[in-house]
Formats: sequence, structure tokens, C-alpha cells
Amino acid sequence: MSERQHPGINLTHARPQDARHAEVTVFGFWTFLMSDAILFALLFATYASMVSRTAGGPSGAELFDIGNAFLETIVLLLSSFTFGMAAVALKEGRQRAASLWLVVTLLLGLGFLGLELREFSSLITQGATPQTSGFLSSFFVLLSLHGLHALVGCIWIGVMLAQIAIFGLSRPVRSRLLRLGLFWHFLDLVWIVIFTLVYLPVVSA
Amino acid sequence: MNPDLLFGKLTLDALPFYSPIAAGGAATIVLGGVAVVGLITWLKAWTYLWTEWFTSTDHKKLGIMYVILALVMLLRGFVDALMMRAQQAIAMGNEGYLTPDHFQQVFSSHGTIMIFFMGMPFLFGIMNYVVPLQLGARDVAFPLLNAIGLWLTAAGAALVMASLVIGVFSTGGWTGYPPYTELSYSPTVGVDYWIMALLIAGTGTTLSAINFIVTIYKMRAPGMGLMQMPLFCWTALCASLLAVFALPGLTVAGGLLALDRYLGMHFFTNDGGGNVMNYANLFWIFGHPEVYILILPAFGVFSTVIPTFSQKRLFGYNVLVYATMCIAVLSFTVWLHHFFTMGADANVNAFFGIMTAVIAVPTGVKVYDWILTMYRGRLRFDTPMLWSIAFILTFVIGGMTGVILSIPPLDYVFHNTLFLIAHFHNMLIPGMLFGLFAGYAYWFPKAFGFPLDETWGRRAFWFWVVGFYLAFMPLYVLGFMGAVRRMTYYDQPEWQVYFIIAAIGALSVLLGIVSQIIQLVVSIRNRAQTANLAGDHWGGQTLEWSTSSPPPEYNFAVLPTVCTLDAFQVAKDMGTPHLWPERYEPLEVPRNTMVGLVFGALAFLLGFATVWHIWWLAGLAIIGIVGITIARSFATETTRIIPASEIALTELRWKQAILAQQGDAQ
Repeated sequence: MSERQHPGINLTHARPQDARHAEVTVFGFWTFLMSDAILFALLFATYASMVSRTAGGPSGAELFDIGNAFLETIVLLLSSFTFGMAAVALKEGRQRAASLWLVVTLLLGLGFLGLELREFSSLITQGATPQTSGFLSSFFVLLSLHGLHALVGCIWIGVMLAQIAIFGLSRPVRSRLLRLGLFWHFLDLVWIVIFTLVYLPVVSA
Repeated sequence: MNPDLLFGKLTLDALPFYSPIAAGGAATIVLGGVAVVGLITWLKAWTYLWTEWFTSTDHKKLGIMYVILALVMLLRGFVDALMMRAQQAIAMGNEGYLTPDHFQQVFSSHGTIMIFFMGMPFLFGIMNYVVPLQLGARDVAFPLLNAIGLWLTAAGAALVMASLVIGVFSTGGWTGYPPYTELSYSPTVGVDYWIMALLIAGTGTTLSAINFIVTIYKMRAPGMGLMQMPLFCWTALCASLLAVFALPGLTVAGGLLALDRYLGMHFFTNDGGGNVMNYANLFWIFGHPEVYILILPAFGVFSTVIPTFSQKRLFGYNVLVYATMCIAVLSFTVWLHHFFTMGADANVNAFFGIMTAVIAVPTGVKVYDWILTMYRGRLRFDTPMLWSIAFILTFVIGGMTGVILSIPPLDYVFHNTLFLIAHFHNMLIPGMLFGLFAGYAYWFPKAFGFPLDETWGRRAFWFWVVGFYLAFMPLYVLGFMGAVRRMTYYDQPEWQVYFIIAAIGALSVLLGIVSQIIQLVVSIRNRAQTANLAGDHWGGQTLEWSTSSPPPEYNFAVLPTVCTLDAFQVAKDMGTPHLWPERYEPLEVPRNTMVGLVFGALAFLLGFATVWHIWWLAGLAIIGIVGITIARSFATETTRIIPASEIALTELRWKQAILAQQGDAQ
């Protein structure tokens, strides 16, 4: 039991019950992510059923800027990579490097949010608001829920930077970073589905 | 300063002076609340309640608080039921005593409360109390999360209660179908109360369900494989899995409806490209598994009670496990049967109709297993067993009417009639409520160290069962006669006699509830004579009976090692029910914390402020919730140690109680 290790971050268990605790909390977080994934799945289904319900308003092909969406994708994927670098640093116990990579991840996350807000404001100035049509309601809500998750992720990274500074790489801090990593990569995964379902059909059309 | 900024939509008009009946209801709530607060103050019990209960993260105390919440809400929901039965008994050719709008509020709150604030908390209460003990664990996986789950559920319930005093409740039924519940048709705050209460309670339930899944997969006693788990734990696991997978449907349906109402979006509106069918699908993708969330743990209770009172082991344990899992999976394949008539293709209807009939098969398997458990057993008819037998007999009738409804052409005839109302009450009252009552009577002596009074328990049982048949069998007949559901009044004289019989049934149930209240009082009064601290009150087969009653905070001084099903029964058969170690180890338990309670309070404020558009308060509540989450993550001293000497003393006292009981027996 105490030999079991998790991918990503070596928790270096001093006590056997720590391994058990980590296993329990990580499993619990996976279960939460499952529930969250279903939340997104239902919103994807809603979006798919609303995509043609433009109610005389603009359609996705007229509105979406694939360049911006591509940039958002790059920024978010890059942030997953930098989080991976932070995880490697954690594994080797290099606290400073881990913090630095987390700061880079945080900046990329904020950058992503900035790009998303820019897209939203450009749509709204074009008169394409969430109130315009069922299609735009579902577009804005799907992306905002993902954005809200990204915001929570950014706040979480900020909190973890503070905790690393205060507690060092203690067992609870490592365990939380492990779960934060799952959360952050999960955001990426959801974004890839968004990119595929929302933006790519516009290019092919 | 603009009062709208300070109070949002909230004005003095929100007080319920629109009808004397509503004002009376509000006065009852307010006076009841004042009386409870006064009583606690008079008893000087605030410190005790705060330190022992409100800030506790002990799964046993949280379980008891869940059940208390459920019982209070049962009273509220039942008063709604009485009001409906009274209205329909007299409203033949006249308008009765309730206005249509008020009547709609009553049936909406009845359904919402009975499902979300009576059934769910009752189940989660019993699961909370029993599952860790049956698994041989010291607590659930995440004790604080458990407390947050309880207080979020309580916050949702408080919002429903608040709607009685300040403002109105939804008139959209417990399913809240748009476009009726959209702002253009339901401009009052009622629907907003309904949405916020469900979203908050739903979040709490999701958290609790995650907790149970992790507890059951990861916290079992050493040696206990999944197939050595008591069946109640299996049903708790399936219900929790269903909750984690199904509740997002409710969150999305309710959340999108709220966005339509608050921000003018077009998810379910008639205009602007909205699509009401999305709501029906989203709601019932949640709503049908919800039925099994409610009923599976009750099946688990019956699977525990029937063997104990037949003095046999459970018949067909493996089959029951597979049947439970089958039901859990199939429950996601039947949701469309709730709206056969709403325009799906005939082939789609055929698929869902067949799946609905199929799901009755594993349930039928279970019924045979329970009957075969009783076959050639030495039956004892204590109240938990009475509830179980009444369940089997009554539930089978409800199941058969369900198979009738599963056939789409027949559903076209019956849908929206009282036949449907009779059917689902015929499933949920015996299937869920009788199970909860059986569990309440069965585990009460475990939780408090003294049993419930049998005489009053029997009276309650007979009033309930007779009342149930009187109240719901006439509704089947009325359904055949064409009476639709949710009628405020009618002009068919031949219907009235059936409505009057149904009202008499409701009165019989009222007597049952009164008997249950008397039962509780009598049992508490006689507790000195009936106390049984040794633990094994009924001759139970599972591990919860191997501890003292009530169990100590840490549940098990030494974790039991399990290698078989019905571990406690096997240990008793081998003559070693209890192991007394030479020395005890100190144990780590979570410290009390007010985080759960504060979470609940903030969630209530957030809900209330959102309902009334008091945005500054909603903002503060969100900041509070985020702030307390972050602050808590910096806390380091979250556990305390119970010294070995204290444990040794507790265990010694328990051992003496057992020896004294054995002495009495000889």
C-alpha cells in the first residue's frame, strides 16, 4: 500500500497513513471531476441542439474569429505544459522552480481569460449578445462556465503559491497541487471539445 | 438612496397577507421558530447544541441532524397534502377554500419538499449514520465535506420555508416546466425560490454523494471485499453513483432556467430560438435516476431488516447486488417515459417503453429474494418488519401499474390523470417512506441506546397503511374516470365520493403521524427502563451492532478484520462477538468546526439575495464562500487525539454493560 505512487507528483510518504490519505483525496477529486464532466457534457448537448436556433440573428459562421480561438487554444495548451513543468520540479523537490512555473501557468491562465473576454466584448459590440438568440445563449453559457472554471483555477494557483511560500512543499501542499493539476488539465480537455464542437465546424462550413 | 439598491425587489408587499390561509401558515412557521428558539434559550441549551451538534463533523451526529430536518419537512409537506385533499374533497361545483394560485403553490411545495427536503435528507441521514458503521470505518472519507453537505441541504430547506413567510412559492409543480415557469408567465419570485432551493440542496447532495462513493470504495474494514459488504452499503453506493451522474442534469436545467429569468436568455422561451424540449430532457435525465436514488437505499433497508427479523441470512445476496447495479445502469435509459406524449417519434417511444418494462425485472427479482428470505425463517413481527411486509405487498401493486404506464399507447390515455399520481405515490410511499420508517425504527436503538415504543409504533403503522390505501386507491379509479391531476375544482358529482374517501385516508395518515410523535415522546420518557447500551438490540448481522449503543465518537476502538459477509453474525456464531485487546492506541479524530454551518448560512443568504435581486448581499455571500474556503485551506490544526486511557475507560464501561445484560439474561 505505501509503495503506491501517483503519476505526476511523488508525495514521498513519511507515514503510511499519508499514502492512504492521498489515495482517498485524489480518488474523491476524480469523482468530482466526473460529475463536472457530465455538467459540461449536458451543456455540449444543449449547444449542439441550439446551434441552428439563431432566431434571425447572426450564426457562428458570421461571428467566430477562428484566429482568436486558435490563440486561446495555444495559450491554454501551453499553460498545461507549464503546469507539467511545475509538477516535474515538485517531484524533484525544487521549490523555487515549481513556484516559478506556477507563476507562468497563472499568467497564461489570465492571458486566456483576457482573450476570452476580448472575444466576448467584440461579439457584444457587434450586437451578438446572450439575449439575441437561443444559439448565442448556449454559446455564452458554455464558454462562460469554462471560463469560470479557469478563473477558479487561477485563484487556486494563487492560493497554492501562497501556501508553498508559507508551508514549503509539505504533504498537504503536494496533495493539493496534485489535485490542482488534475483540475487544470481537465480544463484543457474541456476546451479541446469546445474548440472542436464550437469553432471548427465554422471553418469547415 | 434608492431603496431598490438596498432591498432589491423586496418590499412589505412580500408578506403573505394575500390570503388568511397563507398568513396563518406563515404565522405558524414564525411562531414555531420563535417557540423553538425560546425553548432552547430557556433550557440554556445553546452552548450544548453548538459544541455537540452544530459544529460537529461526526457522521453519526450529522446523520441524526439530517433525519431531524427530514422529519420537520415531512410535517410541512404533509400539511400541504392535507390541504390538497381537503380542497378536492369539497371543491365539487364550487371553488373550495383555496384560490387556484394558492392551490398551485401547495402542490408545488408538496412535491418539492417531499422529494428534495424530506426523502433525500432522510436517506442521506440514514446512510450517514449506518454506512461507516457497517463498513467498520471510523468516519466517512471527508468529514468536513459531509457537514457542508448537511448545511447546504438545510439552507435549501430554509429557503422553501422562507418562501412561505416572505413572498410566494412556485406554482410550476415540482418539475417546473417552462415556458410556464419563464418570467413572462411566472413573474413572481416563486420560481426563483424553487430554483435556488434546488440548486443549493443539489450541490450539497452531490458533495455528500462523492463522499459516500469514496468512503465505500476506500474506507472498508481490513479484509472486507466489495462482495462482503452489507447490501445496504451496496444500495448506498449505487444511489451515490446515480446522484453524482444525475444531479448535473438538475443543475443545468435549473441554472439555464434561472439565466432565462434573470438575464433574458433564450434556452427554454417560446421566442428567440428557445427549445422547451431541452428542459424536459435535461430535467428527466436527472429526474428518473432520482427516483432510484430515493428508492435503492430503502431497498437496502429492507434487505437488512428482513433477514434480521426472519432470523436467517439474506437469500440471494449476489443476485441482489447484480439487480441493484442493473437498476442503477438502466435508470439512465428510461427518462423519456415521463413525456411520451410530448412529441417524440414512435420508435423512440417504443425504445423507452421497452426499457421501462425491462427495469421492472431486476426489481421483481429483488421481491422474490425478500420473500425467499422470509420463507422458513422464524419471523418476528416488530415494527421494522411490519413496514417491510407492507412494503412488499403494496409496492407490487404500484409496480404493476407502472408497467401499464410504460406502454406508450396506454400512457397517452393515462398521462396527466390521477392514475399517474396514484402510481408514483404507490411506488414512493411504500418503496421509499416505509423503508425510511423501517430504518428509523431499526437503527433508532443503535443511535440512542433505547428503542422506540412498539405499541405506538404499531398504531402508527396501521394508521399509515390503512390511510395509504384509502388515500390512493380512489385516485386510480378517478384516473380511469378521467380526472386530471392538479385540479383546483371540478363539476363531476360522481367524482366527489372518491375524493372524500381519499381525504379520509389523509386523515388516517395524520393519525399515523400523530402516533409517531407520541411514540417518540413515550420512548424518550421510558428510556430509563428500556435502555440497552450493550449494543445488539435486534440480534443484527452486520458490524454496526458490534459496537455500543450509541457508538463512541471513534466507532471502533480496534478496526474489525472481516473475511465474510454478515461479519457480526459469523462472529456471534463462533462465540467471539467482541474482541477485547490488551491495550488501546490513541486515535485521531477531526476537531469540531463551524465551517459547515457558516457555509450553509452563506448559501442561504446567497439564495435569498438572488431571489430578491439584492445584489450587494449576493456578492458579499459569494465573497464569504470563497473566502472561507481559502481560509480553511490554511488551517493546520484540524484534528485532535483521543488518548488511549479515555478509550480504555469507554470500552470498559461498554464491556460492563454487556456483562450486566448477560447476567440479566441468566
